[in-house]
Amino acid sequence: MTAIRATNLSKRYGKTMAVTDLSFDVDPGRVTGFLGPNGAGKSTTMRMVLGLDHPSGGSVLVDGKPYQELRHPLRKVGALLDAKAVHGGRSARNHLLAIAQSNGIPAARVEEVLELVGLGNVAGRRVGGFSLGMSQRLGIAAALLGDPEILLFDEPVNGLDPDGILWIRTLMRGLAAEGRTVFVSSHLMSEMSQTADHLIVIGKGRLIADTSVPEFIGRSSQGYVLVRSPRLAEVAELVKVGELHTDHLRVTGVSPLEIGTMTARAGLPLEELTFVKPSLEAAYMELTKDSLEYTS
Amino acid sequence: MTDVLRSEWTKIRSVRSTLWTLATTVVLMLGVSALLSASVRSTADGPVPGEQAVIVSLQGASLAALAMAALGVLVISSEYRTGAIRTSLMAVPRRMSLLTGKIVVFTAVSLVVCLLASAGAIGVGLAIFQPASVEAGEVVRSALGSSLYLTACGLFGLGLGTLIRHTPGAIVSAIALILVLPPLTTQLPGEWGRTVSEHFTTNAGALIVSGQSTGSLGPWSGFAVYLVWVAAAMLAGAVLMRRRDA
Repeated sequence: MTAIRATNLSKRYGKTMAVTDLSFDVDPGRVTGFLGPNGAGKSTTMRMVLGLDHPSGGSVLVDGKPYQELRHPLRKVGALLDAKAVHGGRSARNHLLAIAQSNGIPAARVEEVLELVGLGNVAGRRVGGFSLGMSQRLGIAAALLGDPEILLFDEPVNGLDPDGILWIRTLMRGLAAEGRTVFVSSHLMSEMSQTADHLIVIGKGRLIADTSVPEFIGRSSQGYVLVRSPRLAEVAELVKVGELHTDHLRVTGVSPLEIGTMTARAGLPLEELTFVKPSLEAAYMELTKDSLEYTS
Repeated sequence: MTDVLRSEWTKIRSVRSTLWTLATTVVLMLGVSALLSASVRSTADGPVPGEQAVIVSLQGASLAALAMAALGVLVISSEYRTGAIRTSLMAVPRRMSLLTGKIVVFTAVSLVVCLLASAGAIGVGLAIFQPASVEAGEVVRSALGSSLYLTACGLFGLGLGTLIRHTPGAIVSAIALILVLPPLTTQLPGEWGRTVSEHFTTNAGALIVSGQSTGSLGPWSGFAVYLVWVAAAMLAGAVLMRRRDA
């Protein structure tokens, strides 16, 4: 059963389309990365999944129902949207207790999740004084309160230190391994390459790709051959295709063997002949370069 | 619904603004009663009758109304300010259930605290005036009336907070509608102007505190008119809360 299903989802703010005709499924048992440049419509989509924003068109179902119709939604879905969106005057324990009570979750579970995220010893402190990393952990504690099958994380590693990033990655992998649905957004490809099994890529509110990670790399970028030589200009003339840079030549569409054969026949010395494999990062940049909302 | 009520009770009791606004209410009720009672007593020609003493001792309600309205505003606007409203709506996606929970919990807290504060204010007043006799029924009616009035002012704030979502904006509107505009409406000309003024928010609502009547309105009918104002703000807020993105 599909955990989250968006069908022709659209969202308009005034004259701007934040999300346009977006359809995708998010399935259990794996981490699904939700990728796109800043301003691509990821957060808007997540808010629509959670019933916070009303779609201008289309629909999104969680476990087969609109979010509003889930009886105790937190026992089905846990989400971390904005870690700093808490009342700073409340203690971490009371913050979680109020959330737990609203969904009939026992108070003992509050202590459990506080320990789980490592905030047990600051449970009585006002959350206004928490660092971003602590707030992030508190947000994750709130998401885990109802032991939900479906988890949504919006840019969870933003602003975290390396320890925190590693912790969240491990947590997400673990949750997916338990058979849960993990839907995590990011604008950083490198982050997703570490955690995601499947990718949904959007740009300017439209679907760009809905594919597995290896497919994504293979589909968009072919890699290139890097050539260095003391007689680079002559090599470039010989190979014909390729971009000539000051100290190297970048060739696409010709194999290293072919280049090596050509230069050997011509008697040109080579300093380096390397096939540079396509990276997820490069694939992503290539796919989203037309859809950047703000380019520098 | 009990889940939502328990959650809202935890929220309201776990922030300092609740404590501060309620403490301000109590201090204003008792303090104004003490100051005004002492001043009226020292300038009165003879002994002040019990009924009059009770009215004087509840004069703090007009200022305490603002503290309660501020608490009403904060119950919802603080969630919009911090973004915590999204966490609340993820937990309780039916928005009217969330708003109802806030209304019920606020009303209960306010009635209890304001009843105690009003009874205390009457106690202080009576201790200062030492009237020859005072009707117990009158004391109970006045204390109840005062706590109902203060609670209605708080709900007015909650309605405006839901409508405006912005703490300063909502508090300024509450001050205008509860304290500033009502006396100004008496300047409206003609018969029509007098009717508007009589029915304008706290001009009608405060009758239940003094137990007096003006023109066509008595204490209860006046309070009913005030509740229509409160309900209008709350309803407008509720409609927008349903329609708007959180």
